[in-house]
Amino acid sequence: MKVKVISRSTDEFTRERSQDLQRVFRNFDPTLRTQEKAVEYVRALNAAKLDKIFARPFIGAMDGHIDAVSAMAKNPANLKWLFSGSMDGDIRLWDLATRQTVCQFPGHQGAVRGLTASTDGRVLVSCGTDSTVRLWNVPLPSHTQDDSSDNDTKPLATYVWKSAFWGVDHQENGELFATAGAQVDIWNHNRSQPINSFEWGKDTVISVRFNPGEPNVLATSGSDRSITIYDLRLSSPARKMIMMTKTNSLAWNPMEPMNFTAANEDCNCYSYDVRKMNEARCVHRDHVSAVMDIDYSPTGREFVTGSYDRTVRIFQYNGGHSREIYHTKRMQRVFCVKFSNDGSYIISGSDDTNLRLWKAKASEQLGVLLPRERKNHEYLEAVKNRYKHLPEVKRIVRHRHLPKPIYKAASLRRIMTDAQRKKDERRRAHSAPGSIVNKPLRKRRIIKEIE
Amino acid sequence: MVVKVAKVQKTNLLPVVEQSEEEKMTVKKYLRGEAADLGELQDKKLKGQLAVREDLYGKSAQAAAQAEKWLMPSEGGYLEVEGIEKTWRIKQDAIAAEVDILSSRKQFDIVLPDFGPYTLDFSLSGRYMIAAGKKGHMALLDMKNMDLIKEFQVRETVRDVVFLHNQKLFAAAQKKYVYMYSDNGTEMHCLKEHGAVTKLQFLNKHFLLTSINKFGQLHYQDITTGEMIGNYRTGLGRTDTMEVNPYNNVIGVGHSGGTVSMWKPTSAAPLVKMLCHQGPVTAMAFHSNGHLMATAGMERKIKLWDLRKFEVLQTLPGSTKAMQFSQRGLLAAATGSFVQVYGDLSGSQEYSRYMGHSIAKGYQIRKVQFRPYEDVLAIGHSKGWSSILIPGSGEPNFDTWVANPFETRKQRNEKEVRSLLDKLPPETIMLDPTKIGSVKPATKKEMPTKQDIEADKEAAVEGAKKTPLKKKTKGRSKPSKVTKKKQEAIMRAKKPFLEKQDEKVKKKRKRAEEENQLPKSLQRFARKAPAS
Repeated sequence: MKVKVISRSTDEFTRERSQDLQRVFRNFDPTLRTQEKAVEYVRALNAAKLDKIFARPFIGAMDGHIDAVSAMAKNPANLKWLFSGSMDGDIRLWDLATRQTVCQFPGHQGAVRGLTASTDGRVLVSCGTDSTVRLWNVPLPSHTQDDSSDNDTKPLATYVWKSAFWGVDHQENGELFATAGAQVDIWNHNRSQPINSFEWGKDTVISVRFNPGEPNVLATSGSDRSITIYDLRLSSPARKMIMMTKTNSLAWNPMEPMNFTAANEDCNCYSYDVRKMNEARCVHRDHVSAVMDIDYSPTGREFVTGSYDRTVRIFQYNGGHSREIYHTKRMQRVFCVKFSNDGSYIISGSDDTNLRLWKAKASEQLGVLLPRERKNHEYLEAVKNRYKHLPEVKRIVRHRHLPKPIYKAASLRRIMTDAQRKKDERRRAHSAPGSIVNKPLRKRRIIKEIE
Repeated sequence: MVVKVAKVQKTNLLPVVEQSEEEKMTVKKYLRGEAADLGELQDKKLKGQLAVREDLYGKSAQAAAQAEKWLMPSEGGYLEVEGIEKTWRIKQDAIAAEVDILSSRKQFDIVLPDFGPYTLDFSLSGRYMIAAGKKGHMALLDMKNMDLIKEFQVRETVRDVVFLHNQKLFAAAQKKYVYMYSDNGTEMHCLKEHGAVTKLQFLNKHFLLTSINKFGQLHYQDITTGEMIGNYRTGLGRTDTMEVNPYNNVIGVGHSGGTVSMWKPTSAAPLVKMLCHQGPVTAMAFHSNGHLMATAGMERKIKLWDLRKFEVLQTLPGSTKAMQFSQRGLLAAATGSFVQVYGDLSGSQEYSRYMGHSIAKGYQIRKVQFRPYEDVLAIGHSKGWSSILIPGSGEPNFDTWVANPFETRKQRNEKEVRSLLDKLPPETIMLDPTKIGSVKPATKKEMPTKQDIEADKEAAVEGAKKTPLKKKTKGRSKPSKVTKKKQEAIMRAKKPFLEKQDEKVKKKRKRAEEENQLPKSLQRFARKAPAS
């Protein structure tokens, strides 16, 4: 007869010295854990509630400008610095950690319409309505610590040209930058005149963006409601697409450089694949007034938009609705937004002369987290996402307080779109089958595509 | 910049080992059910996301199976016989001779002849035991060190005793009321609402103390807030057996008519009522996997039921007063002074005799309870309690975060706080606990019945009659005018219902006309259902 009985010796299962950690034994058998789904559901509900308790996205405001903030630029070489330009020609360099001005770049006579930094972060290019392009030397971080905060620097170069400028963007890893105005001009740092000019039609070009993956491709949006793609290696523009309303700003997805998203005047953002521009990949609808600016997160998974309706929204790159909305009573029309280069912060520049610093994830705990804290946050996030479709959890996760005018405007828009949809359905029901074709929204807003 | 993904050839450095049947079974266990059928989905984005998730589930099940294979510290107990020996003839003395000293110390008999039949309960981790004699003797013991923590005498009949969430609190069903005591013998609460309780159970995850009393009333009390969640009359008379199904936390009650009913705290009617025996149900036990139930009746039969189909799987002979399933699926059934342990040794869900033990003649066994995470069976009888070894009955590997027999004070306090945070609401108790979070199939909207419509109409009319009319001055609120206004309000409330009735009548007439227009041979093809 062979017998074996469970017999546990205490020293195998308890710690040796009092300085040791307690021993942990795991058995993942599901029969030891009953009602797992109910426990997960309760945890998801608690996680959703805790999320809402800790949701404090606003960090601080940076004031100093005396007119509306019209342009912002990130410094690719330094995470903490941000350039901003206002409608009265004042350009400032901000330190986001202390929320103070590091130095100022005075010189522009009119509004600063575009700001961009070179890839090494040493040169700042600005352009404005006074038809000038100015290049500035960006001080080194070590220098700024010695001098006093209000430092005035002289421009490296000033180039005067024929007409007012509307936007500027610098090439990735190159020496060229492009300005948008009466036409698209390509400049070199050292030349006082553009080395190349592109034009398609006689309308103003409002914004310009270089592709982060392909440094010779750039996209522009014009006041003739078009989006045009240029390639520097070709002598003529590559492709043009005309929409029903004007695009205020564009941003390329840094992780998928063939996709870009256009912030449109009709309150929506349209994501396009540059290889197939006859149809939008995704329409992002949530704003109630014109979308003024858009910027992608460095992860390429979400982007932030600032709109004329005084709110900042964060969208998923493939999602139709925003995951987050930020608003304050003091923040007026938002003209420019930027996602910080580490993907954790959002900076918005608005009409009330302030720049505001927000967290990208409203309930995120800032600072260094212990590994256990991090694991716990990840677990709570995962369990909340697993059950976020159930009604009780969904009600809490989705809930956002909206200012009354925006709430009313949003419900009005919904009523209008529903009425339109009903009318279309009735028209289709009462006409010959197949005579009225159902065009998806992704295609409906595009008038035509021109080679 | 075009991102090029280089095609990496998977080189097999190690020979690919085929997964054995056993491994496949363990992986299946960790998968917790079937994968979702993604073929029906129209939404391509959702389909892609779900496919990725299903893949991850497969990987985690594989990892858990690997962890079980390589990382578990101990393997279970077993009893193997050679030749013509039979396992059920082996006595405890023979086993004691073969095992180590620590295990042989777990076999003992405690004789306390004065204080009546003893009932016992173990804490979740198996370390602490509470024994209560019918004449009022209660003893709290630490089984690891064989320490008596506290014993006291309440000088009243004690019918049942149960541990609450840890060894610090236990509840005793005394003569008239239920009392809660702390581990140093202090009476914490007297729960008067339960009445004269015959059986107590504690639902760990919900912190619900359940009791069934002499009049057949079932009480559910939340011990964290003290609120009485449910108070139901079972309606089937006095019951002596009440057990918890550990899989879904449903309470099973055995009645004197031979029926077993299953209850949840949020409904006044039982979930299931099944006729199990031809006489009173004397004992019940639930298997930890949730679909095996054993019931014993006065007609000397033990029936094993499949709870998914509510069918008898097997009938065994025996008149049992106390039964319990162990963590590993062995069934202990006690008759008089003899305990028979059954097990499904061939793995085919057929239970056969495994071991047996008879205590001193004349002692009546009141309760059998397997000790969690140990190969020990504790027997409470009329002259005290005994403990015997049953190899292979306990789960050899415990999980520290579920139940830890080597818990320190800090770990116990931490666990208490965490389980309170994860306390489940009583609505989560249902026959199929996997339904939470699943998609409800789309049901057709039912047309309101005539009675419903009438009821709605009456309610609307009542509402219209009740609304107070403003008293106007200067002769504008004359009685005639007031009554006229009231009649108008009632007509307005009735209008939508009358319109619907008119519509229905019109439709019927139209259909009748259509039918009449058709020649007689085609009238059977006339539309029966209204065109949508």
